[in-house]
Amino acid sequence: MGCHLCEYYCAFAGTDGSDMARALKGIKINPRIKIEEKDGISFAVSCRHCREPLCVKGCITGALTVADGVITIDRDRCVSCYTCVLSCPYGAVSPSDDGAVQKCELCVKTAEGTPACVRGCPNNAIVFEERECAE
Amino acid sequence: MAMNYLYPEYEAARNYDRCITCRACERQCANGAHEYVEEADKMVCDDSKCVNCHRCVALCPTRALKIVKSGNTYKENTNWSGKIINELYRQAESGGVLLSGMGNPENFPVYFDKILINASQVTNPSIDPLREPMETKVSLGAKPRDIERDENGRIINNLPPQLSLSMPVMFSAMSYGSISYNAHESLARAAESLGILYNTGEGGLHEDFYKYGKNTVVQVASGRFGVHPEYLNSGMAIEIKIGQGAKPGIGGHLPGAKIVGDISRTRMIPEGSDAISPAPHHDIYSIEDLRQLVFSLKEATNYEKPVIVKIAAVHNVAVIASGIARSGADIIAIDGFRGGTGAAPTRIRDNVGIPIELALASTDKRLRDEGIRDNVSIVVGGSIRSSADIVKAVALGADCVYIATGALLALGCHLCRSCHSGLCNWGIATQVPELVKRLNPDMGYKRLVNLMTAWRHEIKEMMGGMGINSIESLKGNRLMLRGVGLNEKELAILGIRHAGE
Amino acid sequence: MKYLIIGNSAGGIGAVEGIRQIDKEGGITVISNEPYHTYSRPLISYLLLGKITEDKRKYRGADFYAKNNVKLVHGTVKRIYPEDKQVILSGGEQVSYDKLMVAAGSSPFVPPFEGLDGVPAENRFAFMCLDDALNLNKALDKNKRVLIVGAGLIGLKCAEGILEKVAGVTVVDLAPRILSSILDDYGAKPFQELLESKGIEFRLSRGVKRFEGRTAVLDDGETVDFDILVLAVGVRPNTALLKDIAEIDKGIVINEKSETTAPDIYAAGDCVQTVDASSGESKIMALLPNAYIQGECAGINMAGGEKSFNKAIPMNAIGFFGLHVVTAGNYTGDKLYTEREGNGYKRLFYGDNKLNGFILVGNVEKAGIYTSLIRERTPLDSIDFALVCKKPGMMAFTREERNIKLGGGAV
Repeated sequence: MGCHLCEYYCAFAGTDGSDMARALKGIKINPRIKIEEKDGISFAVSCRHCREPLCVKGCITGALTVADGVITIDRDRCVSCYTCVLSCPYGAVSPSDDGAVQKCELCVKTAEGTPACVRGCPNNAIVFEERECAE
Repeated sequence: MAMNYLYPEYEAARNYDRCITCRACERQCANGAHEYVEEADKMVCDDSKCVNCHRCVALCPTRALKIVKSGNTYKENTNWSGKIINELYRQAESGGVLLSGMGNPENFPVYFDKILINASQVTNPSIDPLREPMETKVSLGAKPRDIERDENGRIINNLPPQLSLSMPVMFSAMSYGSISYNAHESLARAAESLGILYNTGEGGLHEDFYKYGKNTVVQVASGRFGVHPEYLNSGMAIEIKIGQGAKPGIGGHLPGAKIVGDISRTRMIPEGSDAISPAPHHDIYSIEDLRQLVFSLKEATNYEKPVIVKIAAVHNVAVIASGIARSGADIIAIDGFRGGTGAAPTRIRDNVGIPIELALASTDKRLRDEGIRDNVSIVVGGSIRSSADIVKAVALGADCVYIATGALLALGCHLCRSCHSGLCNWGIATQVPELVKRLNPDMGYKRLVNLMTAWRHEIKEMMGGMGINSIESLKGNRLMLRGVGLNEKELAILGIRHAGE
Repeated sequence: MKYLIIGNSAGGIGAVEGIRQIDKEGGITVISNEPYHTYSRPLISYLLLGKITEDKRKYRGADFYAKNNVKLVHGTVKRIYPEDKQVILSGGEQVSYDKLMVAAGSSPFVPPFEGLDGVPAENRFAFMCLDDALNLNKALDKNKRVLIVGAGLIGLKCAEGILEKVAGVTVVDLAPRILSSILDDYGAKPFQELLESKGIEFRLSRGVKRFEGRTAVLDDGETVDFDILVLAVGVRPNTALLKDIAEIDKGIVINEKSETTAPDIYAAGDCVQTVDASSGESKIMALLPNAYIQGECAGINMAGGEKSFNKAIPMNAIGFFGLHVVTAGNYTGDKLYTEREGNGYKRLFYGDNKLNGFILVGNVEKAGIYTSLIRERTPLDSIDFALVCKKPGMMAFTREERNIKLGGGAV
C-alpha cells in the first residue's frame, strides 16, 4: 500500500542496533528491498533467489554464491565490477553505500528467522514462501 | 481564511528524537496531514487536517507519534461547552446540516455499565466451561405455540424456518457503499468461519459474495437497492429495514460521487445518481402493509427463509414490536440510539431514539404479557461492546445481539467518526482503491474470528459462573441481573432489582 | 564416465559445476597450462592495485577441487586425438576421455610491429594472465615510464592498476576514442577526461609505426620514450587444438548445447563462436558470464542432462576510478533514447519493436532490466517502454507479467 515500511525494516535489519529510532536516525537508507510505485500501484522488489541465478553465473570473483537456495554476497570478495547489476533481470542487485553490491539475503545473517520486511509489512503484502518459478 | 474560528481539536505530537523521517505517516494519511520538508530534512504536521484516526500512530515504526488534545480552551462553561460552540461556528460558516459518522458519543447513561451479573456460590454450583459442555448455540425464528399431532398421534413438525447460530451474535447491517468491498469480504469470511451470519445492509449483495450465502442476511431497505429474486433467495434470512438506531425516522443518503462501478451495479442504480433511501418504505403506511410485505417476501422465497424486521428504538418501541410480532415476521431487530452509521445528521444521531437496554426490557415484557413472545425472536444492537454486554442483553430478554461498531473496531477502525468524508485511512468506510487495499481480508477476517472466539469463551465463563450451561437458560433470566446506581423507575422498566436486594 | 576439461578458468569451472549437477560420480580431470588454482582473469588489474590477496584472487574456494572430486593437472595439451579419445600433453603424458571440453580461452594478439623484436623482452609485456600481471608488477617502480598500446578494456584496466606505481602512463590507440569497442563518442568522453585528470596521457587516432629500441614512433611522427611496454591490442581465440577436428570459423563453432561439430567434444568461453541473440550474427563474445554459462551448459549436456543456452549477448561491466559503465548488446536500430546529466549518460538503441543495445555511464542501477529486454527479445509494445527508458524497473511490465515474475507463477 505504498507505506515503504519494508524498506525501513530492511535497513534496520542491516544495522546492529536494537532500537530502530537510534539506528536509523539521520541516515538516508539504502535498503535491499525497494518499492516501485506509479499511479496508485506499488510493490516491493527484492532478490528472487532464482534457481538459475544469472548474477552468480556472471560473478567474476565468485563472491556471489548459493547456499541452501539463498544467494549470498561475500562482501570481502566483491570488487564492485557490477556485472551482477548488469545481469539481474529484476534489478534486485544494486551498489551499496560502500561500493560492494547488496541484495536481499533473506535475513539469514541476522538472527531473526523471518525476513524483516515480511514481519514489518502492516498489510501482509510480502509473503515468504516457496513458489514454483517460470524459469 | 481570514478568521480561524475553528482551531484544530487534536494534534499529532511527534517525538523528534525517535522520528527517522521514514515518511510512512505522510504516505498513509489520506487527509494529507503530514509532510516531509526537504530543506530541513524534517517531518511536520498540519493539525487542521488531522481527524484523529491513529493511522500514523499505529504504523510509525519507532512509535514517535501520538495524538493529543491541542488544549486550545474556551472559558469553562457547563452549558455552552466547547463542542457546542464549535458546532455552531461550523453552521454559521456553512449553513448546512451537521453530519457525523458512527454512534452517539454524548453523555447519556450507559445502562449496561450499571447492571451487574450474578455468580453462584454455595447453593447452585458454578460450572467450569473448560470441563463441562456449555451451549452457546441459538435458534432464531418463530416458535410454535402448541405441539400438533397427526391422526396417528405422531408429532407434526410445525417449526417455521429457523436461523442456527453458533453463538448469540450476528454482524449487523453495513451497506456495500458505506463500507468497502474488503470490509464485506472480511465480515463474510468471518461469519462463515464462526458459524454466524453477517448482513448485506441496504446496498445489495455483490456477486462475489453469493458464495457466502449460507452466512448472509439480505436486507430490504426503503430504497430497495439491489433487490431482485435471486438476491432474496441467496441468503438465509431477509431483513426489512424500517429504521436504524442512529437515525430513526429518516432515510439514508449515499452521494452520487460514490455510486460508481461495482457499487452502482450492486445497487442497481445508474452511476453518479445519488442513492437516497426514503424515510418510510413507500409501500408501508400501516401495520397491515407491513404484513403484506412480509408475506410477499416469503412468497418470493418459498417460505424457506425467516423474515426479520428491523426497527429503531423509539418511545413506543414495545407497542410497535407487538404489532410486528403479529404481522408474520419471525424475528424483530431493535437498534438502540447508540447504533453506528456511515453518515447521519448529528442532531438526529445524538438526540433521537432511546437506549437499547430499556427498549429491550420493555419489549420483552410487553410481548410476554400479551402472550406472543414466542411469535418472534428478538435481536438487539446499538452498542454491544463486550461479552458482558451480550450476557446482560440476553438476560434482559434478547435471543441474540447485532454488533457492527465492534466488528469495525476489530478490522482497524479507531472511531475517529470521519466516515462521511469517504477517506477512511483504515480502508473500511471508503471506496478509494488505494485506501480499500489497506484492509487485507486475510488479516481482517482472522481478527473478527479472534474477537468472537474470545467473546464466546467469556460468555461461557460468565454463564458457568452463574451455574447456567446454556443460552436458553439465560434468556430473559432477569433474576441474574442487579442494577446499581439506578432509580426506582429505571429498575422497574428494566425489570431488575437493585444490588443488595 | 571420464570427463576431460581443457582450461581452468570460467568456462572450465562452469563445466565442472555443470557436470556435478547431474553426475556426482564420474571422474573429472581439468588440465591447466598455468600453475595456479583457478583464478579470475578480470581480477588481475585489481591485483596491481593491491586490492586482491592471493586468497581473494581465487575464483572458487581453496577446497573446490577436493569438494567436487576433480583432478587438476598442470600441463599443456599438445594435441587431441579424437578417434582414440586421447590427448597428449607436452611432457608426453596421455590422458584419455569419454567426453572432452575445450575451454582454452584466448591469447593476446601481437601485431607484427616493425622493430618489436628490438624491444628487450624484460621490458615488454602482455596483460592477459596472472603471470603477466605478476611479472609486470615486479618490473614497475616510481621511475618507469609506461607505454600501453591499446585503449580498450584490458589496456585501460592495466593503466588504472599501475598508475600510482610509475612515473607516467601513455596509452596509444588507432581508434578516435577510448573503449571504442563498447562506448560511443559521448560515452567515452567522461572516462577520457577522468583518466586524463588522473595523469594518464592518450594518443588517439594513431598507431605505432615502429619501435626503435625503447622508443615508439607513432604514425604522425611523434616519438614516445618508454621503459615498459604493454601490448593490449586485442585477443585471439585459442582454436588450434581443434583444427581439422571440429568446425572453426572466427572461433570454435558451437551450438546452443555447447557442442562442437565433433562428436563428444564441447567448447565454451573466449575460444568459441556462437550466435549473438541481440543481432542474430555468429561471433565471438569473449566475456566471463558467457564463458561460465556456456561451460555449465556443456557440463550438463556432457553428463547426460539437457541444457541449452541461446541468449548470449555482448555485455560489459567495468569502472575506472569510481566511474562505472555497463553496456550490452549491439548499437543498432533506427531509434535512440538518450539522457545526459553531468557525467551520467544513458543511451538505448532500439528499432523494429526490440531493444538491441544500451550504454549506461554513471548510475547503473537496474541495468539488468534492459539486459533482459535484449536477451529475451521482448516486444517493446508489450511493456511500458516510455517508462522503462526513464526508469528501468518491474513497473514497466504488465500486471500479469509481474504476477509471474514477482509472485511466482507456473508457466
